[in-house]
Parts: sequence; C-alpha cells; structure tokens
Amino acid sequence: MYVAVKGGQTAVQNSRRLVARTRRGPKTVPEIGANQIENQLGLAVDRVMAEGALYDRRAAVQAIKQAQGDLVEAIFLVRAFRTTLKRFGNSTPVDTEKMQATRRVSGAFKDLPGGQILGPTYDYTHRLIEFGTKTEGAADKDAPEKKETGKKEEPNTSFTMAPLPRVTDMLGEQGLMEKGTKNLIEEPTQDLTRQPLKIPAPRSIRLQALARGDEGFLLSSAYSLQRGFGLDRHPFLGELRVGFVGVMFTPPELGFEIKIGEIKITECFMINRFNGEKNRAPGFENGYGLVFGQNERKAMSVSLLDRSLQNAEEGKEVKYPGQDQEFILAHSDNVEASGFVQHLKLPHYVDFQSELLSVRSLQNTHPKKKSNNVKTGK
Amino acid sequence: MPSPYNFAYLDEQSKKMIRRAILKAMAIPGFQVPFGGREMPLPYGWGTGGIQLTASLLGKKDILKVIDQGSDDTVNAVSIKDFFRRTAAVKITESTPHATLIQTRHRIPETPLTSGQIMVYQVPIPDPLQFIEPKRPEAAKMHAFEEYGSMYVKLYEDIACHGRIVTAFDYPVQVHNRYIMSPSPIPKFDNPKLHQSPGIHLFGAGREKRIYAVPPYTDVVSLDFKDYPFELETWDESCAICGSPTSFLDEIIMDDQGNRMFVCSDSEYCQNTLKKNTLKKETPCQTDTKK
Repeated sequence: MYVAVKGGQTAVQNSRRLVARTRRGPKTVPEIGANQIENQLGLAVDRVMAEGALYDRRAAVQAIKQAQGDLVEAIFLVRAFRTTLKRFGNSTPVDTEKMQATRRVSGAFKDLPGGQILGPTYDYTHRLIEFGTKTEGAADKDAPEKKETGKKEEPNTSFTMAPLPRVTDMLGEQGLMEKGTKNLIEEPTQDLTRQPLKIPAPRSIRLQALARGDEGFLLSSAYSLQRGFGLDRHPFLGELRVGFVGVMFTPPELGFEIKIGEIKITECFMINRFNGEKNRAPGFENGYGLVFGQNERKAMSVSLLDRSLQNAEEGKEVKYPGQDQEFILAHSDNVEASGFVQHLKLPHYVDFQSELLSVRSLQNTHPKKKSNNVKTGK
Repeated sequence: MPSPYNFAYLDEQSKKMIRRAILKAMAIPGFQVPFGGREMPLPYGWGTGGIQLTASLLGKKDILKVIDQGSDDTVNAVSIKDFFRRTAAVKITESTPHATLIQTRHRIPETPLTSGQIMVYQVPIPDPLQFIEPKRPEAAKMHAFEEYGSMYVKLYEDIACHGRIVTAFDYPVQVHNRYIMSPSPIPKFDNPKLHQSPGIHLFGAGREKRIYAVPPYTDVVSLDFKDYPFELETWDESCAICGSPTSFLDEIIMDDQGNRMFVCSDSEYCQNTLKKNTLKKETPCQTDTKK
C-alpha cells in the first residue's frame, strides 16, 4: 500500500551490497593492491593522513581503497578509526631544523644556509596529459639525457642531512622578526581532538585545527586573503620544507628519550611586512603551517591564515571571513561539513509535516490565498 | 584476530568523559555542557551526538530502541541499530515500554515514558539562540546572564507579522525556569511530553560538541505570551491505519491527483493501537491494512 514506513532494513542491506559491488567493478579487471595505492597514489595517502589527523599509511591506504578513491570519505574512515585509539603520551616537539629534507624552497632569499633543494615537485612540469603512454614512461621522458652517452641520468632523489636553520630564526637574530616559534613550543598545548573547540581559541589550537582542516576550504580562504579580503600587502614565502623528522618519546617505564619513528611533514613559514606601531618597531611577522605528508598547497594556505588570525588576535580589525577565527575554525573540518550538508538526505518527514501545517494555516489567513482542492483518500 | 574496537565502539576513557558531561548536564537542567566529542563512524548530522551518548550509557543488559521520524524501520534508525548490534550486541526492541534506552531523531514516542527509561536525542543545532546570535561566545553570555529578551522579540515579531508564532518544530522551551533550550527538531506537538516526564531526557550534539539534559520530573515550558498561548498542531483526520485521533500524523501523497492519506508517524504505537482496536471490534476483516 505504501512504502514510506516499512522496508528500511532491506533497503539498507541492499544498498550496502550494491556499493560493495560498484566499488569492485567488473571482475575481469584486476583488483587494485594496497601497495599500489601506497606507492603510486602517495600524495592521496598524504592528504588522507593529514586531514584524517593520523599518521598511519596502512589505515589511509585501506581507507582510500574502501572509499573508491573519494578522499573526503577516506578521511572520514581514518578519523573514525583514530578516535578509538588510546592516547598514551606526548612526544617532544619534532625538531624540523634536523629534518632530512627532500625539498626546501625559499621565495624570499636566493640562497640561504643549507641551500635550496628543488627535489620532487610538479611546479616545473608541463601539465600535458600523456595520452597513449604509460605514466611511468612519461616520467622517464622528463628525465634529461646526458649528451655524451645518450643515457638517461638518474636524478638524485636522496635527501640532505645537513642542518637547515630556519629563515625566520635568522630574521629573528637580526631583530627583524619576533621569535615566536620557541614560545609556541614551550606553551602547554591542549588537544583539539579531546576537547571541544572554544572560541576564542589560542594559537596552538588554531594550528591544530588548520593542520587537519579541509585543503580546499583553507586554500580558498587563504586565496581570499591574497585578493584583498584580509591582507593589505603581498606576503613572502620565507621557506617551505618537505622531509622526514624523527619523533622522540620518553616512555615512563624507561625514563629516557627514544626515537619511536619517522614522519614525513611539510613545514612552511610565511613572512609579512609590518610597518610598526607606537610600542613596536617595524619588522616582519610570520605565519606558520605544518602538515603531515607532502602537501605544499595546504601548508602555505595554513601559514597565510595563521598570520591573518594572529593579526585579529592582536586587535586588528576583523572585516573579512579569512580574518574571523570562528568563521575559519568552525567551518574548516570537512568531516563535520560533509556530514551536516549531506544529512539533508535523511528523512525530515515530521518536521516538514509541521511546516506544511504551519504554512497552510498562514495561507488560510492570507488575503492572496488560493483555493486548493485537496482530496483526502485512504 | 580480536576486534580492535571496544564494547559499544568508544574506548572506556571517552565513555567516562561523556558520562561526566551527562552528570553535569543533569545537575544544570537545560544548560549546554561542552564535551570532547569524538568522531564516530557515522557522519556528523546523522546522529553522532546521540550515538555517543548511547555508546557511553549502554550496558550489556540494556534493551535499545532506535527511531527516526517516529518509525523503527526508517533507514537511519536501521543503520544505528545495526551499528550497536555489531559493536555492543545488545538486545534491540521496537516496543517503547520494554526499552531501557531509546535513541530518537525528531520524535518522542506517543506511549508515555516510565521512570528509569532514558531518551537520547540527536541534536543538529543545540543552541536555541543560534539564529539570533550565531557567535558562540556571545550566545554563551546571553545564557549566562539569562538575557533572553531577543528570543521573545523574535516570537513577538512572528505575531506582529503573521498573527501567530510560526515556529513549527524545534520550538524553544524554558527548563526549570532557567535555561532556554532547544528540544531538538521534534514537532512542537511533542514539547508537552517533556514537561514533568518521569524519564531522563539526554540531548547530544556531536558536531557542536555539546550535551544537555532534562532530568526526571522537571518543568519544561514552551515559550509563549499570556495573550498568545502555546498551541499544538491538530489534524482534521485520524490515522488511516489504526484510527488514532490523537497521534502525530504524517501526510502521504497517494497519486498525482492530490489524493493524500494520513498515518501515525510513530509506527510502533500505530501497530499497537491497530491490534487493540481490532481485538475490541473483533472484526476479522483486515484486508485494508495488510502488509
């Protein structure tokens, strides 16, 4: 007679079966392997780890596979796994000065101690789809040939072991920038994933929220700052570095520090000119971003937003969304956003029924009321 | 390999944290207690606040009922039941009197609750002031100072513009003569069921990370004015299946000719009323309502 009330159970079961079948696709095509995802879709894995807020390549790989490559869905899977894990302690802050960097770029200085390292980047590739050739072949083609031998030269993919002093520290020593990084590290930090976000949030919480925020949202928000919706002048990339850092932890039962692993991170320092105020000399101010894996677009966006939110905290006028910490922090989480936008797919029959009754009774008293012949049948 | 997940999914530390928030919420009726909301494997907006409350309250002997839009068998209710069947293996029921814990979205069952029963509500927007003052710190201050004038102004504006208060669901209430609270998006039809209820009513907002409560036998008053008292929805029709003239009715469009029928939104209540009515009448003919 009518299907609206009963039948949910069967429908849900069938839907789960259908999605499993759709995910696998035709059996004539071989199933994609976890190691293929981990190695050949490495940047996707990085993004899922960053926004999933869990450095676990295995979980991220499985999530990408399970989500059919829908990265926001994969991020959600990782978050739902992460939340069940016990928090057993705090590591000491990672020392990025000792990073084994595969990339290190400064837009502000031509050369700097430790040097610039271009490393693997899409920045200077030509974005031409290599139709008809395998991408592995395309990669080979990009490698320059040595003139004498005609053989392909293997680029050096190893990382630098030399210490890489931070540009911002160097500016700090010259009195051009306040030394903010050390203070931030020494502050006792709260854990955003264990406590609700409170506005106004301290910088340590803001950076946590930004580190796991949605790449697209942060990118567009940072872009809006650059277009004049928040920044009044051009910022500079102090430096950007990508590489591995050791994670140090002191287990209480041991009592001394050990290295429990290495993680790949992207760290960014933006610098902005500051013209000085009554009680503060002119100089530069920094914006900071740190993200799991290699994700330069996001680390740079985080740095721009960090600066903008610091400005607001220091009492500068808040006029645009990119300067408003509540706007940025409350809307940057894609697991929250995706869930709430899509919950509109859920039934709202009861609320809508109440609206119908309310609107009809309003209509009845409205001078422009149309007569409608509504029949009631059984 | 043993399951990497704990009983009822959440780890015991998280459950303890949530229970503490519940106790605080019970002690300050209607006050929104911030809590360290966790990610759940179901999406935000689909009941994560309610699910966290349920997960932290469930014991092995509990009997769980889950409804959505009043029905036990709508897709999201089914999905949440499956989740707890899988992670906690508790008994599931459709019977309101038998359940020890009822998780709901958008309805309160028609069958009155009894002492000892817990209702868990899924809440999308916990602060009734959200659309009056979207800034959280400001709204918190308004609650703290009991500065509710703007809420009454909003209701007054409704009356001035439309001749009545037009809010149809999520109709604000005042709890224990102090905090103004969102009853979650239940139809205002259900608001009186909260007043002096013998059950415990717990509200969980997962995305906004807040928990609030109405303890047993607490005054819950829907906001109104002396000359414009709170009114309930009414229907000219009775339920087409069970004939109940008093329950909340959903409208079902039968065809493109404008034909409609009205049936109970509370499916379990509807089935029970139908059984009672057919026993009374002792009429063997049930062809109309056969499933």
